[in-house]
Amino acid sequence: MTDLIWLVPALPLAGAVALLLAGKPLRRIAGGLASLLVGASFVVSVLVLIDLLGVGAEERTVAVKIFDWISVGSFEAPVELRVDPLSMVMALTVTGVGFLIHVYSIDYMHGDPRYSRYFAYLNLFVAAMLTLVLANNLVLLYVGWEGVGLCSYLLIAFWFERRAAADAGKKAFIVTRIGDTAMLIGIFLAFSTTGSVRFDEVFGAAGGLASGTATAIALLLFAGAVGKSAQLPLHVWLPDAMEGPTPVSALIHAATMVTAGVYLVVRAHAIFEASEVALGVVAVVGIVTAVYAGLSAIGQDDLKRVLAYSTISQLGYMFLAAGVGAYAVAIFHLVAHAFFKALLFLSAGSVMHATDGVIDVTRLGGLRRRMPVTAASFAVGGLALAGIPLLVGFFSKDQILAAAYEAGRTGLWITGLVAAFITAIYITRAYLLTFEGEPRSELHPHESPALMSVPMAVLGVGAVLGGLLGASAQTGRVQRFLGPVVGEPEAHAAAGALSEVGLSVIASAVAVGGIALAWALYGSGRVDWQALRARFGGARRALSRGFYVDDAYGALLVTPGKAAASFSASVLDTRVVDGAVNGIGRAFVRLAGVGRRLQTGLVRTYALAFLLGAAALVLVLVVRT
Amino acid sequence: MRTPIAFFLVVSALLFTIGTVGVLVRRNALVIFMSIELQLNAVNLTLIAFSRQLGEVNGQVLAFFSMVVAAAEVVVGLAIIVAIFRRRVSANVDDINLLRW
Amino acid sequence: MDLIVFWIMAPVSVGAAVLMLLQRNAVYAALFLVLNQFTLAVFFVLLDAHFLAAVQVIVYAGAIMVLFLFVIMFLGVDRREALVEPIRGQRGLAIGLGLLLAAGVVLAIGLGIGLARAPGPAPGGDNIEAVARVLFTDYVFPFELTSILLIIAAVAAMVLARRKARGLPDLADEAPAGREPERVP
Repeated sequence: MTDLIWLVPALPLAGAVALLLAGKPLRRIAGGLASLLVGASFVVSVLVLIDLLGVGAEERTVAVKIFDWISVGSFEAPVELRVDPLSMVMALTVTGVGFLIHVYSIDYMHGDPRYSRYFAYLNLFVAAMLTLVLANNLVLLYVGWEGVGLCSYLLIAFWFERRAAADAGKKAFIVTRIGDTAMLIGIFLAFSTTGSVRFDEVFGAAGGLASGTATAIALLLFAGAVGKSAQLPLHVWLPDAMEGPTPVSALIHAATMVTAGVYLVVRAHAIFEASEVALGVVAVVGIVTAVYAGLSAIGQDDLKRVLAYSTISQLGYMFLAAGVGAYAVAIFHLVAHAFFKALLFLSAGSVMHATDGVIDVTRLGGLRRRMPVTAASFAVGGLALAGIPLLVGFFSKDQILAAAYEAGRTGLWITGLVAAFITAIYITRAYLLTFEGEPRSELHPHESPALMSVPMAVLGVGAVLGGLLGASAQTGRVQRFLGPVVGEPEAHAAAGALSEVGLSVIASAVAVGGIALAWALYGSGRVDWQALRARFGGARRALSRGFYVDDAYGALLVTPGKAAASFSASVLDTRVVDGAVNGIGRAFVRLAGVGRRLQTGLVRTYALAFLLGAAALVLVLVVRT
Repeated sequence: MRTPIAFFLVVSALLFTIGTVGVLVRRNALVIFMSIELQLNAVNLTLIAFSRQLGEVNGQVLAFFSMVVAAAEVVVGLAIIVAIFRRRVSANVDDINLLRW
Repeated sequence: MDLIVFWIMAPVSVGAAVLMLLQRNAVYAALFLVLNQFTLAVFFVLLDAHFLAAVQVIVYAGAIMVLFLFVIMFLGVDRREALVEPIRGQRGLAIGLGLLLAAGVVLAIGLGIGLARAPGPAPGGDNIEAVARVLFTDYVFPFELTSILLIIAAVAAMVLARRKARGLPDLADEAPAGREPERVP
């Protein structure tokens, strides 16, 4: 079965090609076809996983070479897929969540004029993402990495008639490109120092690298991860990316693509560990982003932007986990997050579907009575996100905090608790304002159709029961399964004073406290939150604009950039460049005035020149022998 | 005694040269075209002569392909000549000199 | 025997080629080319290439030359070239360079394989069978490709030479009119 792994990316790719070439005739079945192919991809992944589980833990890494791609001198970049626990966990997440979101999209996108194209892009995205996670060398990984970036661009700007959507697409593409360029340099550096781009050789050689080189490679790769996973300071594109269709936000900007950075760090952990500072940087960037984005999420009125900042914050959590060496926990949180955040986004999409696009929480309210399934889904997702015990988010977040504590990084632990507190506040606020209280506008929402509800229900079950797969950092199924790739989870001798149970209790208490505070403010009715909004207008604006990072970029980079561009356009270009170009042009016109006399237009003259050359060549050859 | 291969090659060289001169001095597009055919034939002779020298048939296969390509070329070339003739009422290549300064 | 045939055919071949050049009437030129191609077929036989000798006669001297004659007749046989060469120096340069080329090639042959070296032993077996074996094994893919080439050529010829049909654009007539032909001084 393992040999069939190539089918996993190939099936969605085939769907993308078919829908791009024959979108019109396939329009009626586009959604079904695309969903079916991703579903088939999921089935193949499961079969491969069963195969993998059938062999010993040490034999679970298989490289399946499909064909030679680039082979120049010592540079070898085959199209080779890597089947190991890490890539399989990622592939199952991508295909599983991807399948549900495809099904959800069938109804959500129903009636869109570019229905077929939407599914073509979605399939293409899944294919690229699978290439990314299954690649066995850095170059193929980079192909997938850019592929998902392209699809992200295409799907954010899917409704390109809207100026905001088109701009958001460009922004996402350009901002992530900054990170991608650094990452590409990192790949070059890795090849020039280790002489290979294949994972086994690069990571095998990581231990022998000079500390400075390892740091450089690690930080360059991490810069790519920062761009793709929307960490500070390259996070600005993700909130804007919410201009795309909501299922796209769920799939690309919550569950899969943005987690590629985490995957990269975990996959390349050997290099990060070979450096003294790289892991520290990862952890600090992660935790700072987690707090920053959490605070920003409190200030958002757009439900989708709340979720976007929440995603940035949770990705920060994953980087925190990777940064303290708890790779398996990072991946577990990634999978858990894929479930509950996709669920939250699909619920938000369901709200948008019902309210004809109104998503401003200050204008919603009281939706629970009209949309019970959606409200329940959002509640489950929100509780999982907040980390309420026994839901999947509780286990994964608790393990991250425990890992930070046990690594002796008390500062990171405390900051992580703060972030968890903030998380509970913003998600509770979002839920209460949207679904509880009295309706604040004249809307007549209705529950969404079954094709949308069922995927939400499935994801909800995943968010509730997912904890069974990884209830403990040492003995959880997912963590043990990942062990051979990321290092066996160590049974920590408790480095601090608190036991694991104690840590869990503290984390749960923080989450409950956050929910309680949010309820007191927004749900109890005893506090007039609208009055508070007006009173702390400055602070609210700072939060809602994400602490003005975007504005700072605008002032520091975009405005001077535009000024420089207009200067060079009006002065530099017309005078210097055009002057030089015109001058050279005129000189050549004069020169050509002489040369053009050779062009008689008579074929026979040209043929004579031909003969002259041929005769000369023959004579040269004769003389040389 | 068998004829030395070099004799064929020399004949081929002469035919090729005659074809070349024909392309250069004649102005009737049809005759020029025939001269090109002569050149192609000369090359085929060379190919077959070398094929004989080496004692294998790959050269003959190449000559065969060259004949097929020549046939295709003749068809298209004559069609072009007919098309030009319809427009210019002339088969003189010196009349076709639009591509000039 | 071999040598005698060669020495008869070689002057005929070269002579036919030269005479083809000197004909003012295109029909005569075509007929001399046919003669030349027959002599080439004889050379092919001398070189044990029986299959290609047959192809040469049937395809070249037969089909292709008939096509030539057809077009000559179609365009009118009585058009004769003026004897004066309009491009200055063209004729002299062409003949001079041509001779140079011929001399160079002959020299190369002499230096390369020697003018009087006898050929190796004739390959045994049936020539046609040998060609067929190679053609349909090693070269079967190019062989199939040539069929595509011929179809394209046939379609191209139809498109190029077709008179304007109702409702269909005619490529030849649509060509830009441009300047009237100018005579080069």
